[in-house]
Amino acid sequence: MATTERSFITNVWDFFCSLKLTLFLLFSLALTSIIGTIVPQGVTPPEYIAQISATKLQIYTKLGFFDMYHSWWFIALLYVFSVNLISCSIKRLPHVFKFISQPTLVLGEGLRNSFSLKGDLSFSGSIEKGKERLVEFLGKEFSAPVITEHNGEYHLFAQKTAWCRLGVYVVHLSILVIFIGAIIGSLFGYKGFVAIVEGTSVNAFERQNGQQMPLGFELLCEKFNVEFYANGAPKEFRSTLTVLENGKPVPGYSQVKVIVNEPLTYKGITFYQSSYGKASEGGEHYITVTPRNGGPTEKFTVREGVPVTLKDGTTFKLLEATQEVRPFAPGFSGPAARIEVARKGAAPQTFITFKNFPDMNAQRGDALIFGYEGTNAKQYTGLQVAKDPGVWVVWLGCALMVIGIGVAFFMSHKRIWVVVSKGNARIYGNASKNQAAFQMQFEEISEKFQHLKI
Amino acid sequence: MSSSMLFNVTTFTYLISMLAFFAFLASKNRSVGLAGSFIAYAGLVIQTVAIGLRWKESYALGVGHAPMSNLYESIVFFSWTIVLLFAYIDIRYKYRVIGAFVMPFALLGMAWAQMGMNTGIEPLVPALQSNWLLYHVITCFLGYAAFAVACGISIMYLIKSAFESTNTSAPAGGLMSMFPPLKVLDDLNYRAIMIGFPLLTLGIITGAAWANYAWGTYWSWDPKETWSLIVWFVYAAFLHARITKGWVGKRAAWLSVIGFLATIFCYLGVNLFLSGLHSYGGGS
Ligand code: HEM
Repeated sequence: MATTERSFITNVWDFFCSLKLTLFLLFSLALTSIIGTIVPQGVTPPEYIAQISATKLQIYTKLGFFDMYHSWWFIALLYVFSVNLISCSIKRLPHVFKFISQPTLVLGEGLRNSFSLKGDLSFSGSIEKGKERLVEFLGKEFSAPVITEHNGEYHLFAQKTAWCRLGVYVVHLSILVIFIGAIIGSLFGYKGFVAIVEGTSVNAFERQNGQQMPLGFELLCEKFNVEFYANGAPKEFRSTLTVLENGKPVPGYSQVKVIVNEPLTYKGITFYQSSYGKASEGGEHYITVTPRNGGPTEKFTVREGVPVTLKDGTTFKLLEATQEVRPFAPGFSGPAARIEVARKGAAPQTFITFKNFPDMNAQRGDALIFGYEGTNAKQYTGLQVAKDPGVWVVWLGCALMVIGIGVAFFMSHKRIWVVVSKGNARIYGNASKNQAAFQMQFEEISEKFQHLKI
Repeated sequence: MSSSMLFNVTTFTYLISMLAFFAFLASKNRSVGLAGSFIAYAGLVIQTVAIGLRWKESYALGVGHAPMSNLYESIVFFSWTIVLLFAYIDIRYKYRVIGAFVMPFALLGMAWAQMGMNTGIEPLVPALQSNWLLYHVITCFLGYAAFAVACGISIMYLIKSAFESTNTSAPAGGLMSMFPPLKVLDDLNYRAIMIGFPLLTLGIITGAAWANYAWGTYWSWDPKETWSLIVWFVYAAFLHARITKGWVGKRAAWLSVIGFLATIFCYLGVNLFLSGLHSYGGGS
């Protein structure tokens, strides 16, 4: 009974320590991750739901496919992954430490034969003299050796960078550190969004779960600008923000320019430029109407979509306006409006009028020339709000990973033994990585070794 | 002399180099192989000048930025890194015949870029105006190129091992004698991935750092991010497979090929079939 219990525990332990499990987990993570790149994540678009069958929808929902990277089974995979990583390290680390702290000082026959790097030296001096000379030689050419007497022979052992065998364990530890950072972030951090109309301030924002959350200070949007390249592509989205405490600007946080890739951080909360738009309230536009045959220009103040009737019975309404037309009409710039004009008894026509191109407006061969003079409408800036106290732990993990991989791949534990017998000495070498490079170094040493005069 | 002309010359040079390597395979004539290498190096130099010139031209247009900002520029850079890595392996390990399996990747990239894509220099949209773009793209593509080389080497491994298992009696003569021994191919595959894996890791980390800096989220499971992680898992599996009994040799070679297919999907497929934050989409 006791033995079967023991063997059961051993079996479970072996299971969690096995590299086959590691491979299985790595493949499983790789394969299942694909699901989330095909099935839309987060808020499922209605078009997508309309396009799949009801049973499929039900199964996907049950399996958490719409938020699969947070589904119980994906998280479970990550837990097993961590357990596998930790068990493997617990099992192997003591051996590695022993390997480093208690190196093989005496080179047995088996090992001697297994090394491909070796060299021979015959000498006429005494074995003591040979030993001393070779200790000095190794110290000078490689590193100071440990001397062990064994069966009338001296075994000299020298090594370099033994600690680099720990590199892979640093890599593995780094993965756990990154997980810890991610967990800290998900427990104590948050993400949200806030829209601020130009000239106004906010003291709270909306979290991703829809809940309002106080900022603890006020954030004022002084101005929002968009700039475009000549081809109509956006060049810069810029909010000018000021942080207010008790209604007063905080020194150093006044009129801060925030653009994409240059956020503003205050008290651990960071604001990222993410979107913009027209504020819904306010928003009057100025339209001019000039009779082509001369006569005074009339100026109208209109709201979007609200029709205006002129004296001659013509009605017009502003359909939409932009303060920068370039992305829609490359070659033009500045404010423009799309308006719909209906002469009395005629079908309505829609066209675009520009602020900066009166000639274009006049080219439309109609009795009335319409112009656009801009708006008093305000824009709002949309800012992503985030706080993540775990991010430094994640970067620490990343740094460990890079260092660990560097050590694991590009450094090697180099060992050289010299076995000194009477009148004869043999040199053996071994490296944990990059044998080819070590071979060159070894051959150089071995060459000198074989020409020693003792 | 404009950069686009030089890119055309580069493409042509890579074509000639590849053909020379094929001729080398068929003829076993060493000087043909040497010619293949030298033509590839010449192409590399021309392409380097062309990339520098394009960089300069972008400043002349008033939209100055490093030439790595769209699909076209990234493919050109990808080809460049592949040839650079081939040159390294050729000079360091002297297995010239690998060129026959690696140059086609470089040629394919250049040909597709020159013929199928909009080659115009575009201004940078706000999201890309960051130095992180440079660090991120350079590390990722150096990694991808190393994986391309590893894939070429693995294909050689698979061909050679298939050939040897069917022709056990006759010593592998003919074409196969040109290939490095299986053990060497296996080792070179591992070495290429040892270059690619750290670079991919750095690429993912720089991408995460950039995303955190620009949006406040270092990881958002965007399809491109996820696919780069999938690629990373596959190569991590490769590294562990090598130290697991029964997974060396052929299976490792297959893993390397699968890894490269996943890399290509991460690079191109995601843009063509899935949607996300990354901008290397819509080549035309
Ligand atoms: C459950 C997860 C994992 C387990 C149990 C595990 C276990 C191991 C073990 C036992 C070794 C061999 C160490 C030795 O040579 O004595 C190893 C090597 C290594 N592992 Fe992991 N590992 C895991 C995940 C990862 C991941 C995700 C990475 C990604 C960076 C990684 C990177 C490495 C590297 C770079 C090596 C060295 C390989 C080589 O020298 O070729 N490991 N791992």
